[in-house]
Amino acid sequence: MKEQLENLKHVALAEVALATDAVAIENLRIKYLGRKGEVTAVLKQMGALPPEERPAAGALANELRSELESAFLTRGETVEASAFEERLKTETLDVTIPGNSGNGVGHKHPVSTVWDEAVDIFLAMGFTVAEGPEIELSEYCFDKLNTPPGHPARDRQDTFYLDEDEVVCLRTQTSSVQIRTMEKTKPPIRIISPGRVYRKDEIDATHSPIFLQLEGLVVDKGITMGNLKWTLNELMRGLYGPDVKTRFRPHHFPYTEPSCEVDMQCFACGGKGCRVCKGEGWIELLGAGMVHPKVLAGCGIDPDVYSGFAFGIGIERLTMLRFEINDLRLLYENDFRFLKQF
Amino acid sequence: MKLSREWLNEFVALDGVSDKEFADKMTMSGSIVEGTDNLSEKIKNIVIGRVTEIKRHEDSDHLWVCAVDIGKDEPVTIVTGAQNLKVGDVVPAALHNSFLPGGTKITKGKIRGVKSEGMLCGLEELELDTHDFPFAIMDGILTLNAEFDDAEFSIGDDANVILGFDDSVADFEITNNRPDCLCVRGLARESAVTFNKPLNLPEPKSVAGTDDVANWLTVEIAAPELCSRYSARVVKNVKIEPSPRWLRRRLRASGVRPINNIVDVTNYVMLEYGQPMHAFDYACIEGNKIIVRRANDGEVMNTLDGNPRKLNPDMLLITDPTKPIGLAGVMGGENSEITDDTKTIVLESATFNGTSVRKTALALGMRTDASSRFEKGLDIDNTVPAVERACELISQLGAGEIVGGISDVWGSKIEKSGQNLQLEPNKINALLGTNISTEFMLKTLADLGFSVNGEKVSAPSWRSDIEHWTDLSEEVARFWGYDVIEESELLGSPAERGLTVSQKFKSKVKELALSLGYSETMTYSLTDAVNAPDGPEVINPLGEDKSRMRTSMLPSMLEVVKRNIDYGNANGKLFEVARVYWKSEDSLPVEQEFLILAAYGAGVDFYGFKGGVEELLAKLRIGDITWEAEQNPSYHPGRQAKIKSGGNLAGVFGQVHPSIADGVYVAEININEAIRYQSAEPTYKPLPKYPAVLRDLALVCDKSVTVYALENAIRLSGGKLLESVEFFDLYEGPQVPEGKKSVAFSLQFRDAERSLTDEIADEAMSKIISGVKEALGAEIRK
Repeated sequence: MKEQLENLKHVALAEVALATDAVAIENLRIKYLGRKGEVTAVLKQMGALPPEERPAAGALANELRSELESAFLTRGETVEASAFEERLKTETLDVTIPGNSGNGVGHKHPVSTVWDEAVDIFLAMGFTVAEGPEIELSEYCFDKLNTPPGHPARDRQDTFYLDEDEVVCLRTQTSSVQIRTMEKTKPPIRIISPGRVYRKDEIDATHSPIFLQLEGLVVDKGITMGNLKWTLNELMRGLYGPDVKTRFRPHHFPYTEPSCEVDMQCFACGGKGCRVCKGEGWIELLGAGMVHPKVLAGCGIDPDVYSGFAFGIGIERLTMLRFEINDLRLLYENDFRFLKQF
Repeated sequence: MKLSREWLNEFVALDGVSDKEFADKMTMSGSIVEGTDNLSEKIKNIVIGRVTEIKRHEDSDHLWVCAVDIGKDEPVTIVTGAQNLKVGDVVPAALHNSFLPGGTKITKGKIRGVKSEGMLCGLEELELDTHDFPFAIMDGILTLNAEFDDAEFSIGDDANVILGFDDSVADFEITNNRPDCLCVRGLARESAVTFNKPLNLPEPKSVAGTDDVANWLTVEIAAPELCSRYSARVVKNVKIEPSPRWLRRRLRASGVRPINNIVDVTNYVMLEYGQPMHAFDYACIEGNKIIVRRANDGEVMNTLDGNPRKLNPDMLLITDPTKPIGLAGVMGGENSEITDDTKTIVLESATFNGTSVRKTALALGMRTDASSRFEKGLDIDNTVPAVERACELISQLGAGEIVGGISDVWGSKIEKSGQNLQLEPNKINALLGTNISTEFMLKTLADLGFSVNGEKVSAPSWRSDIEHWTDLSEEVARFWGYDVIEESELLGSPAERGLTVSQKFKSKVKELALSLGYSETMTYSLTDAVNAPDGPEVINPLGEDKSRMRTSMLPSMLEVVKRNIDYGNANGKLFEVARVYWKSEDSLPVEQEFLILAAYGAGVDFYGFKGGVEELLAKLRIGDITWEAEQNPSYHPGRQAKIKSGGNLAGVFGQVHPSIADGVYVAEININEAIRYQSAEPTYKPLPKYPAVLRDLALVCDKSVTVYALENAIRLSGGKLLESVEFFDLYEGPQVPEGKKSVAFSLQFRDAERSLTDEIADEAMSKIISGVKEALGAEIRK
């Protein structure tokens, strides 16, 4: 009987090794270990053995049973693993086929991108955003900004008016918001006032009757021109990187004294002079200055106690420089082929 | 303002300063140089030659072979086709490897077998004309016989000097507050301080003259409010001829065309002193009298350019007792123009009201060199030096005989600004953030012409822009250098920080629109009367198409959509956040911020579009939304709705009326309104512990019953266990009776405390079924 079990073991293990799928393994299990299986059949003959041989034969038979069970299990796992491998092989996809974008995410207008970045830089410096009407009293747009009636900036060829007496205009700058802020807020004041402004320019590649201006105002005790330089340089460093070079040079605005314009060293040529900077090495970016004492006093702020600075930047110009857009009209045309580039 | 460096050198010696350094430093001290034109780089290797022999070309009936002395041992041979040369003529000779203006290179060669070692130049090749060289002709070689002066030139010299090309011209952009810098003397002062060099500004020598101006002319200012001062001298026995070379070259470098000696002198003085001058033909002035008066309404005069000008009483005229002879500060009259026959002239040097001149020039559309100076407000003390300088020049040129005396009449007196200002070095340093010495401040101001008396400082007459100590701070800062003022961090901690709630809301709106696939647009807020019949109106628009402020974002968005369709962009999802403007009883119109969404093209339908709008509103936490049918003429009559939040109107949406555009869906949401209905930020609610029971419910009802009404009825009768109701299907067709429709909902029941049994759910369902039947006559679909 021992011999019989040995033979059975060899045959069974050989068959298991050849089984290639789970069904074949299960069939073998039934064939050998099932109720009518061959190992079971051998065990049934145990009764015929002399009693003293039975324990040894029983042990032998159980050993065979567990050996075969383990062989079936191991083989089963191996077969399953390779079948899984096979399945994965058949599931290979061409990963170069473009994905389905679904709705997709929309494209932000390039002007908004620059606008948001500039606003974020100022927010980080503790500025708040002040807003005000675009249709504005001339008083706020001009008179209170040291630009009395008769000043060329108020001419009807430069400014849009809503009435013959020129009491109401479309604001030509967002400085009007600064006046409104100064009238109702006590210093310290630290605001930016971004928004639409209107000037009577015919539309061409570099002019538009409507454009976006980002102006700022700081009023406090002891504000200096050095603070102005730091603040605007922070903006430039934020927008164009830490190595940006700027140049502050004297200029004239009625509402600031001293006044300046700020140039950025041309990013395209590094100041040598090229097409982008029209050979000058510098690109004019913005106007600024120390708030005129008359302006402060006109808003009820004592210029002997407080000082301040103000500045104004055209957002479209920054946008055009940044994205190398050569025609302002593209920004207002909203051609999707343009918008989707950003 | 074009500045000749050669002319400038007469007043400040800046020979060693390169064009670049000059431009950079002047710009940094406030006189912006926009560009420099180095004239001497225009030509190269062109020399003064003298024709020593002229022979016919053997193979040509029109070419000449010239021997030209160029100061070397041997003359050069140059073939020319010009017919105006004779032996002894002094000519510009372009030698082998020379360059003409514009970069044309001249080399030696053979012309019909005869060697030619260069080219003799005419005016045209040199980009000049007979205004520059009045003795020359256009059609031929430029002969320089009249210009050539042995004391100054030698044969063989570079022709740059004799042609007036030995100069550099800096082009300045002068700010409006500095009309005193619109002249050579003014810029000389700025240059001297910028480069810390001595300034030599000679005062003109008054020519005593003969006779007395009183015998010739009286001047009356009848409109003193528009004319502060009128200074005039008379010149008789005028000899009109071309100006000398030195004067012509300076005018030309300054961008002014030489005309004749008298006109040139007036222009020269304007360029040198910044004071516009005018010369009248005395013969035209009746009654020996000049009256400065306002024009009569409807009065007409012909200006120098030959155009009749219709005038009004806001305009100032120079007249004689019978007629206008000049439009003050703008242009002279045609009748009093200097001609070759002019014998006696009146030289005018006056100060007119800047605003008046500007408005006159603007109204007549004739801004001139003179008017653009007057409009900035000129130095009242400059009229006499200017007219004296003109007389000095005329005398020096032998162009006429100066009549003694000056007719100098005052109109309204102008208060001098910036007198006796207290210099406050501490305040200036505090404002600039600097530590500049008082000595530097005083020296700078003195160099700029300010008079200093102890700590009191008075601005010179030409600086009407100086009013306040901060003006002095700018003067000091300009020359201290804006670039050396040190940056200093903005300190302190403002009370308020960050964006306001409504600003955050607005950026969230934009962010959501982008995330829903909409691309951002930016359109003009000015439109026409058709699009905004009730919009606030601009009285001086650029054109009718931009005469109203928009009252709705729809027209501009539809334009953008149309344009995109025209450009072949077949699909589009676009948005804009901007303002609309509504007239109001208040002093200013109302401005409201709107979001407009638009979608068109394949894959876009009503419910798909609506889903996006719903999602946007949900993410903005604008809850309790209802959609009410609306009758807005811009939208499809059966496919539009008011968007209400808690019963308040927040916007409209729908399909754009097919008569306007096909298959375009738009939503307009009033951001100012919507934010008012934003619900509070959500707080956490515990997740359910017990499972839900799901049931579908298909109802058949009249077509007129809305899904919204059915849903409401379900909720009303559903009891507290009904957790959610979701519409999932609408069917109309043969499976349901005529006039009816089938609507299917998915209902979810849940009890927070225990597992629901089917029996309890069934009970709730039957209540719902009888509830909708009672409320809306809806039957369960069999």
